[in-house]
Amino acid sequence: MSSGGRFRALRALLSDPMGALGLGLVLLFVVMALFAPWVAPADPIKLNVAEKFQPPSLAHLAGTDQLGRDLLSRIVYGARTALAIALTAVGLAGVGGLILGMIAGFGPRWLDAVLVLLFDSMSSLPMIMFALAVITIVGPGTGTLILVVVLVSIPAYARLIRAQTLALSGADFIVAERAMGASSARILFRHLLPNVVGPLLILLSMDVPVVIMLEAGLSYLNLGVRPPTPSWGNILYDGYTSIRAAPHMVVIAGLPLVLSTLGFTFLGEGLRDALDPRLRRRVAG
Amino acid sequence: MSEPVLSVENLSLRYRVAGGAVAALRNVSLSVRQGEVLGIAGESGCGKSSLAAAMIDLAGANAEVTAGAIRLRGQDILRLDQAARRRLRGREIAMVFQDPMTAFNPVLTVGAQLVDFQFNLDGVPGREKRARARDMLARVGLSDPDLVMGRYPHELSGGMRQRAAIAAALLMRPAVLIADEPTTALDVTMEAQIIHLLRELRAQYGCAIVIVTHHLGVIAELCDRVAVMYAGEVVEEAPVDELFHDPRHPYTRALIACDPARIGKATGRLPAIGGRLPDLSDPPPGCAFAARCGIATDRCRTVPPPRVAPGADRGVLCHEAAP
Repeated sequence: MSSGGRFRALRALLSDPMGALGLGLVLLFVVMALFAPWVAPADPIKLNVAEKFQPPSLAHLAGTDQLGRDLLSRIVYGARTALAIALTAVGLAGVGGLILGMIAGFGPRWLDAVLVLLFDSMSSLPMIMFALAVITIVGPGTGTLILVVVLVSIPAYARLIRAQTLALSGADFIVAERAMGASSARILFRHLLPNVVGPLLILLSMDVPVVIMLEAGLSYLNLGVRPPTPSWGNILYDGYTSIRAAPHMVVIAGLPLVLSTLGFTFLGEGLRDALDPRLRRRVAG
Repeated sequence: MSEPVLSVENLSLRYRVAGGAVAALRNVSLSVRQGEVLGIAGESGCGKSSLAAAMIDLAGANAEVTAGAIRLRGQDILRLDQAARRRLRGREIAMVFQDPMTAFNPVLTVGAQLVDFQFNLDGVPGREKRARARDMLARVGLSDPDLVMGRYPHELSGGMRQRAAIAAALLMRPAVLIADEPTTALDVTMEAQIIHLLRELRAQYGCAIVIVTHHLGVIAELCDRVAVMYAGEVVEEAPVDELFHDPRHPYTRALIACDPARIGKATGRLPAIGGRLPDLSDPPPGCAFAARCGIATDRCRTVPPPRVAPGADRGVLCHEAAP
C-alpha cells in the first residue's frame, strides 16, 4: 500500500467523530502506560497508612486507598499492566491466527480439515472456565494470563482469516495474478495479506477491551496480576472491600475500565470504515 | 506463411467431477500466427473458455489433459514443470478477463499493481517500472495515466478498468494475448472502443491475439480467422470472410442465422437453435451436433464425422460438408 493510501485511511478515521474519540481515548491510555513514571504524581506502591481512605483532594487528585497509596498513580500504573497484557496477548493471538488461518485457507485441504477441527474444539471451551483451569495447573500470573488469552483467541482470528482467504483465493484478481505468472508466495503475501489484515485489525481492536476486562476480572478474583503490582482489577477489589469507608475507590477504579473499553471499541468501528477503500468516501482530486 | 506462435494439437481435456468426468475439450487443434487474431466462437458450455484456460495453464485443479500438446514457439508447455510454466505466464502469454470489475486487487492502487506485475524484471529500478506502467496506460488510450496510477480499481469506470487490464496484460510484451470475452461485461460503445484498441495494439506490437467470444459481431470486426466450437470440438475453422460468406458446418450456419444483428426484416421471434448441448460426461458416438442438425442422416448419429478441407486454411468436421 502506498503511504498516500495510509494517510488517506488516517484522515478518514479522524473525520469520523466516533473514530477520532476512540483514537483519542486509546492514545490517552497508551501515553499513560508508556510514560507512567512521569505521569503518575507518586509511587504507586509506597505505603502511607496515616493517610488511608482519603477522598480526592489537591494532594491526592483521586484520593488514597486502604493502605494510603495514591490512587491516581495506581490507576496510571494499572494502565501499564492492562495494556501490556492486552496488547501482547491480542498481538500474539493475532499473528498466530493470521498464520494458521492463511495456512488453512490456502494450504492443502486435509490440513484445512485438521485445523478447523482444532479451532472448533478450542472455541467450544468457555473462556473463563478454561482460564481458571489453566491457572489452576500453571499458577496465577501475568504469563499465564497471556497464555490463556492467546490460546482462547487464536481460533476466532484464524477462522476469520481462513474464511477471507478461501473466499479470495478463487477471486478473479488472484486468477489474473496467476495468469501473470505470480508464485504462491507472492499471491499470499502481496495480494491476500493486505486483503485479510483489515478485518483482523478491526477484530483485534475490538478484542483488546475484552482482554482488559478479563485481566481485571481475574485480578479481582486474585487469580491474575499478583499484588502489589497495580491492576485495575485489584484496585476495584480493594475498593469493593472498603466500599463503606471509601466509596470513591470503586468509581475511580471502574472509570478507566469503562473508558478504555469504549475507546478501543470506537477505534475498531472507525477502523472498519476507514480501512475499506470501498466504503471510504471518495476524496476529490 | 510464418510458423505459428501458439498451436494446440489434438488436445483433449476433461474435468473430474463427482461420479465421473466431463470431456470439456475433445481432440482440439488450432494455431495462431504472429500478428494474427484468432476468434473462438460458440455457445455457452462449448468449451471455449476451457480452451482459453488450458492455453495459459489455468484450467483448474480438477482439469486433466488426457491427450495432445500445446506448443508455444514449438515447445510443448504441457511437458514443462510447474516453475517453467509459471515463468511463461505473463511474459510469453498473458490474459485479459471477462469482468474488469474483479480483475484487480481492490486494496491496491492500479499503479501499484501494474508496477507489481513486473516482478520478473530483476534489477529494474522501481522508478523505471512506474514509467513503463504509466507509458502502457497511455498506450491503451487512458488520457490521464498519472491519475489512473493513483486510483483504486473501484474508482475507475468499467471501460477504464478493462483498458487498464489490457495494459497489465501487455506490460511484459507477451507473444500471445488471450482475451476471454473481453467485452461481454461492457456496454456497446465501450465494446466498440475496446475492439478498436485491440486492433491497434495488434498492429503496434504484432502479438498474436486469441479472442474468445459468443458475439459474432466482435469476431467479424476483429478477427482474421475463426474457430467455431461445439461440445468441446472445433467444428469449423476458416478465415473470417469465408466463414461468414460461405459457412460449411450446419452449426456455423445456424449460429450465423441466430445473430440478431443479421436479421433483415422485423420479426416477432428471435431465431434459435432447437435442442440442447449433448451430455459431455457421455458424448454421443457420432457427430455431437446430429441431434440438433437439420440435415443429419443415420451415418451422422453413429459414425464420428471426418475433418474435411473445403479450401486452403479451412477445416470442417462434418459428413455432409463435401466441397
